[in-house]
Amino acid sequence: MARYLLTRAWHSALTLVLASVVVFLGIRALPGDPALALAGEDRTPEALAAIRKEYGLDRPVTVQFGQYVERAVQGDFGHSIRTGLPVSDMLRTALPVTIELSVLAILIAAALGVGAGVVAAVRRGRPAEWAANALALIGLSVPHFWLGLLAILYLSVATGLFPASGFVPFFDDPVGNLHHLILPAVILGTGLAAIIMRQTRSAMLDSLSADYVRTAKAKGLSPRAVIGRHALRNSLIVVTTIVGLQLGGLISGAVVTEQIFGLPGFGKMTIDAVFQRDYPVIQAVVLLTATAYIVINFLVDLLYSLIDPRIRVAGDAA
Amino acid sequence: MTTATRTTTAILEVADLSVSFETESGKVSAVDHVSLDLAAGEIVGVVGESGCGKSVTAMSLAGLLPRTARVSGSARLRGTELIGAPETELRRVRGKEIAYIFQEPMTSLNPVLTVGRQIGEVLQVHERLSRKQARARAVELLALVGIPSPATRVDNYPHQLSGGMRQRVMIAMAVACNPTVLVADEPTTALDVTVQAGILEVLRDLRDRLGTSILVITHDLGVIADIADRVVVMYAGRVVERAPVHELFARPHHHYTTGLLNASPTPGRHAGTERLQEIPGLVPVLTTQPDACTFADRCPAASDRCRGEAPPLGTLGPAHLVACWHPVQEADR
Repeated sequence: MARYLLTRAWHSALTLVLASVVVFLGIRALPGDPALALAGEDRTPEALAAIRKEYGLDRPVTVQFGQYVERAVQGDFGHSIRTGLPVSDMLRTALPVTIELSVLAILIAAALGVGAGVVAAVRRGRPAEWAANALALIGLSVPHFWLGLLAILYLSVATGLFPASGFVPFFDDPVGNLHHLILPAVILGTGLAAIIMRQTRSAMLDSLSADYVRTAKAKGLSPRAVIGRHALRNSLIVVTTIVGLQLGGLISGAVVTEQIFGLPGFGKMTIDAVFQRDYPVIQAVVLLTATAYIVINFLVDLLYSLIDPRIRVAGDAA
Repeated sequence: MTTATRTTTAILEVADLSVSFETESGKVSAVDHVSLDLAAGEIVGVVGESGCGKSVTAMSLAGLLPRTARVSGSARLRGTELIGAPETELRRVRGKEIAYIFQEPMTSLNPVLTVGRQIGEVLQVHERLSRKQARARAVELLALVGIPSPATRVDNYPHQLSGGMRQRVMIAMAVACNPTVLVADEPTTALDVTVQAGILEVLRDLRDRLGTSILVITHDLGVIADIADRVVVMYAGRVVERAPVHELFARPHHHYTTGLLNASPTPGRHAGTERLQEIPGLVPVLTTQPDACTFADRCPAASDRCRGEAPPLGTLGPAHLVACWHPVQEADR
């Protein structure tokens, strides 16, 4: 197990280094001069030169990269070109919103997806399965932003059940916080819920016809134990992997959802930065997204080995 | 093997059991009016080719067939009717009264639960033991089926055990609640020959020590010869011959039985010179059971009568029954 973790950690670190290089170079390869964006109306060569000097844009790319890495390691991503605030401060206020939104969305998606998937598999060929399949199809094919707009229109504007936009920090007002986040979280989670449902359903159909399920039935176990302990536990191995791969997509989903619901999160910060060619912010945002991706995959691998003893033990023997 | 003749009353009585399946291409008959019985502490072997209905017969006893199965007839366990019994009643019977051992010990054990947990489950359900008590009992059971260092093995996962060990775990799981009837469906088929002998020894030992009645389902006459007291030969969903094991091997009366024996290597029988003989033709897949002998098309002695009228299972000597219009005579062997 320890060896397995070390290998995975090493791979993750390597990926992170590569990601930071790609981020740094990629953003500089894009067309568009940040100095132009910053200068606004005053586009004299002197003003542009001054801006380039001020932000270190006139120095060789290698030097810029060196500085960038040195500071990033210390948590210093520089100052936003647009607002002049430290990027780390901006992240500190924006990240908790996005993390909370994502975690809520994952929880909702997992509960709905696994539940509906199990029902669809156990009630195969009956109305319950058709209903679950239909819902999954809708969840997969209807875009978030449209669902989000509908939700705002009917659940916020028309009935006033939920606030249409805005955010309250959790520690200021937990109830208000959830009240603001629940709708965006459900909207963000729908796609993932549909994917989880379909994966759970097919994995459950496999497990339910497996020999060990027959053994479990032959032991006289209740349907609940047969389905939950025997079939579902084996199905979750497959589901966890697929979900892990999908979590990255959740981050991009969060960008859109935050924009629609006016949440002051990571996604909104990203969009603003991209439109303003705010290099330091974009760099930090992309690097953080890459890190999140890598960390999530690492955690999913960990989870995977917790669910499946064969992986745990095989890693020890290797 | 002293209980060669039936003297004690039957623990399990199966009478006129028929099973058919609704498939997309129509009805398929798997078992046709099968009757057999099992006495206390007796080992009965059910033998036949793949698809003869022997496993289906066994699975139908505790209602383990898929929903597409249509079961009729009777199966009484100590006088209690099992066919058509409500699911809650069957759940009480499964694992407690009738326990099963399946062919593939790798796939039949759950890969994500320790063997101790899987054995303990049965005890938790039927004996209302706590998880801790069940685990302690699982260690004892592992010792009972001959697994070395059971106290550490109890926390192993199936993939950490060899095929033979896994089958022993299956047996430990099956006998956990001291069931009245143990159904062993091809218990040795997936195992090495050396391991097979050990597993059969465990089964015999359990019968001797716990008095468990065992129904062994197999296609292997070697297993039957090794372990069974009595034999039921099945062909295409029907019982074609029933006899004590020595009687069957010495004086088979059905042409299918002699065909099976000739297709199995038996020391002395072929004297190393003749080749094993296969039975010509294939087992038919039947949508309906014809009023004819289903073996007629492959039988060397078949007559018009065989093709027009199904032979009943008739007595041909002490405890020896055969369903044949032209049974094999002494002179034919």
